[in-house]
Amino acid sequence: MSAPTQSATPRTPATRRLRRLEPAAVAGVFSRELTVFTRYWVSTTFSSVVEPTIYLLAFGFGLGALLVTVDGLDYLDFIGTGIVATAVMFSSAFPGMFGTFIKRRFQRTYDAILAAPVDTEELVTAEALWLALRAGVYGTAPLLVAIAFGLEARPAMVVVPLIGALTGFGFAALGMFIAGVAKSIDNFNYVISAVLTPLFLVAGTFFPVDTLPGPAEQLAWLNPLYHCVELVRSASFGSSGWTDVGHVGALLVFAAVTWRLASWRLEKRLVD
Amino acid sequence: MTVPYAAPGATTTQGADQAAISLRGVTKHFGSIRAVDGLDLEVPAGTCLGLLGPNGAGKSTTMKLLTAQSIADSGQLRVLGHRLPEESKQARARCGVTPQQDNLDVELTARQNLAVFARLYRVPGRQRREAVAQALELAKLTGRADTRVDELSGGMRRRLLIARALVHRPELVLMDEPTVGLDPQVRQELWSLISGLRSAGVTVLMSTHYIEEAERLADTVAVMAAGRVVAYGPPAALVAEHAGQTAVEVYGRPDRLGDVEARVKAAGLPTRRTGPALAILRAETLPSDLAAEVEPDALHRTASLEDVFVTLTGEEVA
Repeated sequence: MSAPTQSATPRTPATRRLRRLEPAAVAGVFSRELTVFTRYWVSTTFSSVVEPTIYLLAFGFGLGALLVTVDGLDYLDFIGTGIVATAVMFSSAFPGMFGTFIKRRFQRTYDAILAAPVDTEELVTAEALWLALRAGVYGTAPLLVAIAFGLEARPAMVVVPLIGALTGFGFAALGMFIAGVAKSIDNFNYVISAVLTPLFLVAGTFFPVDTLPGPAEQLAWLNPLYHCVELVRSASFGSSGWTDVGHVGALLVFAAVTWRLASWRLEKRLVD
Repeated sequence: MTVPYAAPGATTTQGADQAAISLRGVTKHFGSIRAVDGLDLEVPAGTCLGLLGPNGAGKSTTMKLLTAQSIADSGQLRVLGHRLPEESKQARARCGVTPQQDNLDVELTARQNLAVFARLYRVPGRQRREAVAQALELAKLTGRADTRVDELSGGMRRRLLIARALVHRPELVLMDEPTVGLDPQVRQELWSLISGLRSAGVTVLMSTHYIEEAERLADTVAVMAAGRVVAYGPPAALVAEHAGQTAVEVYGRPDRLGDVEARVKAAGLPTRRTGPALAILRAETLPSDLAAEVEPDALHRTASLEDVFVTLTGEEVA
């Protein structure tokens, strides 16, 4: 094999100080995800938009025909705002789990990335940020569909992608943590049935959590998706003041905890 | 063969005599298995070292230790002057790695794969396009730049894997079994590339279990067995030291070979079994009566690195 002669300097300066969590490393991994995404964005976008739309229409028109209002809202408006959280979780936790497992175990992508000047923490941060961005964008799809079906658009709705991204970061990192724990891809069935399905059913998306018996309403505070639903409704129908600060705080804590867990667990898996 | 690559070593702070890799007393256990067990290894800058050893000798673990994808239990490790694992990120920025198992992004094109890694290896933005173009040319994939990896042939994929490790012009290249599973033609092509790298002043550490590969490419060979280096030196010197100049292969019935083997060993010469034959190493020193006796069934040949390898790492497959 041959090639033209090149100049005699290495392209990476030898004296660069390399620290923890460098933007350049995070940006490098992020741009890899972006490049790979150009290959499958059509199918991902299709399922991310069509799936919540079907939920929205089925529940909105099916169940909505039986109900006049829920919490003083048209049922279609109630569910159109609530299902944002479902879309966010589906587009962050699932790729966090499956994508990470496949890249770690089958494609060995992480072996290649970690041989470069990238640490596990940077890898996890970049991939969670990427999925957060995706979740923020895809999470707005149901809201746009609901607007098309008569939900009143309000300026405060511009924060919905941010709420989706914050929630998505936490769920992406949770998915990556689970992918770091799982021994095989079948293990995900436990998590999907026992954790993710309850979280998305009891988040105030389909019915208000205060209709639940006893302490279930308080337990909802432990559900990150509940905070996401409440924030989206605040943006869509008017803020509930300081409670929203609590919701944002809860999502920040969730994101911080899952981010640390995912970094710790994947480091254990990838570096032995 | 033109020089594919420039000599970056000239511009770095490395002294000419400083080792690119220096390992002292390195150990690494996995459960009860001692994968690396007191490993000492020096790779002088600008040379090609062939790490030779049977499966399970600790070659791959050693490679992983050098990029801190495995952390040693004890011992001192330096790569390009950086202490591992503390400064491994600095070291990794100046190294290129080709893994044994292809981990290219199969859904991306050759060009996209290289662009992603140019960025991961911190090639500055304005140089990235040129770096990718040169790596494509190096891998002779300019014409297939926009083909998806899963549509490339096995040989092209391996060339791309190597080009990916060179896109940031590293000073040290770590290659884990670079030619395993390839056609002889493709293998020779990669050999030219690797020898071109070395002529350009890049340090190469290559693990292999193809003896011919080490013999052709390596300035120095380190033979590993059971997690440590059991022999170290230029291939010719190792052959001279452990196998002498000539080998005699004796053919015959098993009981006769057993008898000859015992007598040759008693005379202090190394032997090894090569399929149906008994190979007597350092045969130039064989006592004349024994030499005369085996002569009718004997085949003379030059002693080889393979003789050294088998003698040092044992004939039995672990």
